[in-house]
Parts: sequence; C-alpha cells; structure tokens
Amino acid sequence: MWVVYTLNGLYFAALLFLTSLGLNIILGVMGILNLAHGSLYAIGAFMAAWTIISLGMKVPTFLLFVSLLSGFILAGIVGFFMEKSLIRAMYKRTLEYQLLLTFGALLLLEDAIKMVWGGQAYYASAPFDLLGKVEIFGNVYPIYFLFVMAVTFFAGLFIWFFMGRTKLGIMLKAISLDREMATGLGLDIGRLSTFAFVLGSGLAGLAGALVVPTTPALLGIGMEPLILAFIVVVVGGLGSLKGALVGALLVGFTRSFGIAILPEIELPLLFLIAGIILVVKPEGLFGR
Amino acid sequence: MVKNPRWVAYGLIFIFLLFIPRLLSIHNLMLFEYGLTFAIVGLGFNLLLGYTGLLSFGHGAYFAVGAYTVGMVAKYLPEAYSLEILVPAALFFSLIIALIFGFLCVRHTKIFFSILALSLSMLIFALLFKLYHITGGSDGLRVPLPTMFGISFKGMRRPLFLSGTYYYFLLMIFAISCVVMRGIVSSPFGKALQAIRDNEVRAELIGIRVRRYRLYAFIISGMFVGLGGALWSFVNGHVTADLSHWVFSGEIVYMTLLGGFGIFEGPIVGAIIFTYLKLYAMGNTQYWMFVIGATLIVLVLLLPNGVAGAFASLFAKMGRKKSV
Amino acid sequence: MLIVKNLTKHFGGFNAVDDVNLEIKEGEIISIIGTNGAGKTTLVNMISGYLKPDKGTILFFDKDITHASPYIRIKLGIGRSFQLIQLFENSTALDNVRTALFSKYGMIRRGLMPADRYTSVTEEAVKILKNFNMLDKKDLTPKALSEGDMKILDVAIAFALKSKLLLLDEPTSGVATQDKFKVMDSIVSAIRKEGISTLIIEHDMDIVLGYSDRVVVMHEGKVMAEGKPAEIMENREVKATLFGIVG
Repeated sequence: MWVVYTLNGLYFAALLFLTSLGLNIILGVMGILNLAHGSLYAIGAFMAAWTIISLGMKVPTFLLFVSLLSGFILAGIVGFFMEKSLIRAMYKRTLEYQLLLTFGALLLLEDAIKMVWGGQAYYASAPFDLLGKVEIFGNVYPIYFLFVMAVTFFAGLFIWFFMGRTKLGIMLKAISLDREMATGLGLDIGRLSTFAFVLGSGLAGLAGALVVPTTPALLGIGMEPLILAFIVVVVGGLGSLKGALVGALLVGFTRSFGIAILPEIELPLLFLIAGIILVVKPEGLFGR
Repeated sequence: MVKNPRWVAYGLIFIFLLFIPRLLSIHNLMLFEYGLTFAIVGLGFNLLLGYTGLLSFGHGAYFAVGAYTVGMVAKYLPEAYSLEILVPAALFFSLIIALIFGFLCVRHTKIFFSILALSLSMLIFALLFKLYHITGGSDGLRVPLPTMFGISFKGMRRPLFLSGTYYYFLLMIFAISCVVMRGIVSSPFGKALQAIRDNEVRAELIGIRVRRYRLYAFIISGMFVGLGGALWSFVNGHVTADLSHWVFSGEIVYMTLLGGFGIFEGPIVGAIIFTYLKLYAMGNTQYWMFVIGATLIVLVLLLPNGVAGAFASLFAKMGRKKSV
Repeated sequence: MLIVKNLTKHFGGFNAVDDVNLEIKEGEIISIIGTNGAGKTTLVNMISGYLKPDKGTILFFDKDITHASPYIRIKLGIGRSFQLIQLFENSTALDNVRTALFSKYGMIRRGLMPADRYTSVTEEAVKILKNFNMLDKKDLTPKALSEGDMKILDVAIAFALKSKLLLLDEPTSGVATQDKFKVMDSIVSAIRKEGISTLIIEHDMDIVLGYSDRVVVMHEGKVMAEGKPAEIMENREVKATLFGIVG
C-alpha cells in the first residue's frame, strides 16, 4: 500500500508543482500575486473537459494532448487579456491595489466560467479509463496518474531549460532578480512581463486540464489548488523554482499520507508543518 | 473635543440613527444592521490597512471566531448565553487567535504577509468545515436570541427582537467602537502606527519596534472584527464556515476600499454601501459575482481613494478642509 | 566622546575603510571629505551600526559599541540622516518630529488620548521646527515641501531623538545651490544651540569651509589629513588628490 501512497503523493505534487510554478513565475518576474490564478486553473479544466466530451468519449491518445493543449492555450489567452487590461494599470500602484484588482478579476472570472459553461459538472473521464492500469510492485495503479507525472516532469524540465539556457528565459530571470538593473540593461520589461504572465497562466490551465479526467469540472474547482499553491509558495520561498518543487513534494506527500492515515488531519497537519518551517526559516526553504 | 465640528456632526448623526427603527421597514432595518456590524469590522480592519499599512486577506478568520463563539456557546453552554457574556467572550477569543496568527504574520511584509494571513484563515475554514460534529460543518450553527442583562426574549420572533432592543444595543456598541477607534488612531500609538506605514525603516530608526507595534495593530483589528462577527451572528441567526473563507475576507477588504482607506469614516461608508450593493446585485442577477468583481475593478481604477475619499477630495478642492 | 580606533572594513579583496583613527569631541562639527569611494559612507555606516567592522573598535562616551545593534546606538544617542531622504510621507512635518519625540519619551504605548492633547511634547516639536526655520510649514506633508525643506526635516527628526552625536550624510545633496546655505544655516544653528557633536559627509567645499570646526580628509579608505578647514585647504597632498591641483 505504501507504494500507492507514495505514487499518489507524487501525483498530487505534480499537479501542485505546475500550478505553483505558474504562480511563482508571475510572482518572480512581475512581483504580482495573482489571486485569480485558481480561476485560470478552472478555465483550463473546463476547456479540457469540454474538448474531451465534444470530441466524443472514445478519445485516442493524441486527442488527449489536444485537450491539454486547449486548456493551456485558453488559460494563456485569458491571462494575456488580463495582463493587458488590469495588470498594466497596476504597475504604478501599490500592492493593495494589485491584490484588489486580481481579486476583482477572480470574482469576474468565476462567474464568466458560469456564463460560458453553465453551472453543471463536466465529467470527462475517458482518458483516464482508456489508459487503463498497470501493475507496480504488486499494486494496481492507474496509468493516467503516471501520465500526469510524466507530463509535469517534461514541463518542469522544459521550464528549467528555458529559464536557464534560452535567451528569453535568462531575460526573465534577470528581471526577477533585479528589475531596475534589467531595465538598465535595456530589456523590454513590458513585453517580457506579458510573456511571463501568459506562461504562468498557461501552466495553471494545463494543471487544470490534467486533472479533469480524474475529477469533474465544477464551479470553484480552482479554489483549493490556489490555496495549496499559496502554501507551496510560502513553504518553498517566494519566486524560487526549486522551492516550488520541494514545496510541492512536501505538500503532495503530506496530502497523500495524511488522507491515508486520517482524512481530517490532512490540512491542519499541512499547516503545522508549514508553520514550523516558517518559524525556523521565515523566508521559506529557498526564499530570499 | 466639543469645539471640534466633527464631533458635532457625529452627535447629530447619532441622534438621527436613534430614530432609524421608525423610519425603515423591518427588512431594511435588518439590512442596515448588517451594515452596522460590517462598519465595526471595517473600522477594525482599517486600523491595520489604512493606518499601519498591512493588507490581510484573512480577516474573515476573526469574524468567524467571533461569530462561532456565539454559535458554540448557544449549542454547548446555553446557561451562559447572554450578551454580557458573549461580547467579552468574542473579544477574548478573537484576541487569542489574532495574537497567534499575528505573531506568525508580522514577521513578514507585503506579499508574504498577505499570503500567510490568507492561508491561516483557510486553516480555520478547514477546521470549521471538517470538524462537523463540533461545528456543524457546512450546515453551521444556529444562533438563537440571547438574553440581555437578565431579560429573556424567548418566544419572540427575530425581526421584532432586531427592530427593538437589539438595534439600540448594536447602535451603542457601534458608537463606542467609533469613539475608541478614533481615540486610538489620533493617539501617540496611532501616530507610531502611521509612521510604520509611511516608512518602516525610519520608524525603526526613531526607536519604534516595528514588529511589535504591527502585532498590536493586528490584535486590536482582529478584536474589532471578531466583535463585528459576533454582533452579525444575531442578525443573521446562523453562522457557517465560509465566514472564514478568504473570499469573504476579500469582501471585507473590498468594503474598506470602497469607502476609502485613507479616511477614518471610509470603512463605515463602504460597509453600508457594500451591503446594499451586494444585495442589489444578488437580487437582480445570478451573476452577481461578476457585477461585484467588475465594480471593484472600476472602483480601483477610477476611485482609488474610495467613495468617502472622493468626497473628501471634493470638499478639499472646494476650500473646506477635512483632515484625517 | 566618540573614539574610533583602527577601524577596518573590507569587501572581497578591497579595503573600503583601512585602519582609520578618528576622535570627535563634544560640541564639535567635523566634516569628512574625500573622493567617491574613499570610504566615508562606509565609515558612517559602521559608526551608526549598519555595518560590522572587520577590525578595530568604536567607543562612545567610553562605551564599546563596536558590535552594538543600531537600535541600541540610537538609544545611546547616535542619530543619523540619510542621503536619500527618509521621511514619513503621509504625516505632517509636525507629526514627523513629534512622533520621534513620543518614541524617545517612551510614550507610544499611550493609545487613548489624542496626540494633540500632549501639550508639552507638541510644544517641544514646534520649538524644534522653529529652530530649523520650518515653523510655517508644520502642517504640511513632505509632498508639499521643497527638496531643501525635506532635507531639513530629515535632520530635524534625527535631532528630535536628542542625539548627542549626529551623523549627516551629504545633508545638502539634491538641494538647489542657492538654497544650500539656507539649509545649512538652519541645521547648524539648531545644532550649535544644543551643543551637539556632528559628523558631516560633504562634497561641497564651501559648505565644509563655512561650517566645520575640523576637517578630515579620506582617500582610498585611509585618513589622509586632518585639521582646521583653512589648514586643509593649504595642504598640498589634499589639493592634488581632491582637486587635481599640482604645485
């Protein structure tokens, strides 16, 4: 059974990592905490669910990727418009206004989702069923969960490579480390910020898209991932990609083992661990 | 104090408010009472935001603590279910929780502070939700009519209770809250908080222990919010876990901004307006969150100083001065 | 009353402050001059507690404060103003000074009576503003003040803390040339009145000549010369290094 718990921990961590990564990229490059990040997750989920259902329930594997891509892209597009309209207005303002604007965006987007997709639940379990199960160390385990971990692994690898090796990625990193210096170096902060926001939003959408074959797309589906992403960021440290990874693993495993042992203690246990980490290291594990 | 025109205005408004029960229908009176409880919440919240410069998206936690103090006493200690015990109890428990959470939060600034405050309130939410044997879970707890100084209201219907004795009790607490908060913000302590808000480095340099005073502000604001929550629970008759949800906390922030966090009276104005705004939106469309969200965005972009702030600027422009 | 002995601070391979000895007597106004990077600000940062020296000691009224926190140094009586103005942006000039006084007198716990009712403290704040020629601006917030007035206010706040030693980091930088003397007049008259010792970092030689009792010249982390303003102006080495004047 421990094998299953461990694998579940990795699965939760994977989804959480994608979401937190998106949050952290935006936070690091733009210094903005997007309270509507969970809504972008939800948009990805609904889009993917709708795609899967529309394409018919007998979904060949490649169409699975289409649904994931659709979630990623739509979330990215919404993020784009959000950045252009709201976030631009926020640059000159203080933190309070930034949080309030993203809060307003959250309220708006949650109802926008309701307007577009209605209030019902979208069940899109076809990919999950189709991929079937596999035997690992005597336990039967759904392949879909392994698929999610694989997608996240490659996504994480891609981002790591992107941030570290490509010109664009290094520019983003430069801005997150020292914004003023970056301006001095002639980087187009505006364009790069938009890109960061779109990327971060897309990642949230991707995470949402990945989850729908296992959970129906419902109104408010983005709320819990948002809170957990916050905890990951707090524990892992603001703006740190390594922190997002470690934090996600920590939260994922706490979740998995917590639920297995005693469902009620899962969240308080999480907070207890987070609290201890914060008392010892107030900036988070890898924070600045 | 008597010479100050501001207090004359307050006095007149207070006298006017004494007659409200005669002017409004019971339904509207209840709405107004919701507004008054949120006004107390807003005053407390703004001590932290407007005067100390800290934005918490987690103050719903203290509202819930106050409200659930009432609910829990009703369920488990009915002998103690009287206002003179409930109000101090709500203040006490809000103090304790604000002390613990505040201690954790004030070690950080800006974004980290906001995230942490938010997360802690969700912890309370999760506890209230999951421990349903104790807290009623998603159903919440009932809030029957309390006794007041020995007088029982058993058998009376809530609207009647609310339009009679309770209104005056609430109004009195509201007035006291205003006076106390006014005293706090204009005192040396209040000035120290404002110094922290304006320039924490300099504040530390003139000898103010910034962390400690932020904690004091946090605790006091938590107590006011908890008081508001307790008083609100009697109007609502029912308390649920989502009072501690961060979206509800967001509404508290919203109404403070709506009124204007740069002015003392701002949160009061904002609370009253928001109560009606939300109700109006909910009554007219199923997409009320969209309306509220859009209004918030427009508000932040066009009226960053809030409604009261905009009026104040207007007055200032017209020559008459209104100082904080 | 301030004795600095063998003070050294290096950053990487470079000596910002190199074995500096300095003494300031009570009531003296001393200016430190030198080229950029000579170590002036680093020295002041160590005296005020924001940097820990690598070697050497700092004695303040015979007390060893070399490793004391900034907070303790403030309590002991060392105040400083900054190159970049640090004011309470949304408070009036009066409040800027008065809050510092409240803090000094340990009154910031008082939470119920309005600050205006504390008449003696308020009067003292008013007096300080008067000494700095800022009385007519007491109800203005920094937004409404000129650069020079903001500088004066900055110093006034440090002054309100009843510092026995004031460290002024380029008090006239950013101030329009025609206002510099006005600003210094206000600051120095208030300082002389109370007999406070002052250490000023300055680039403007006219200011240095006009207001200092003694001048200390720093170059590449070391003290190059020390003496009365007139003497320093005649010093060949100083003239060569600082002004490029040879001969």
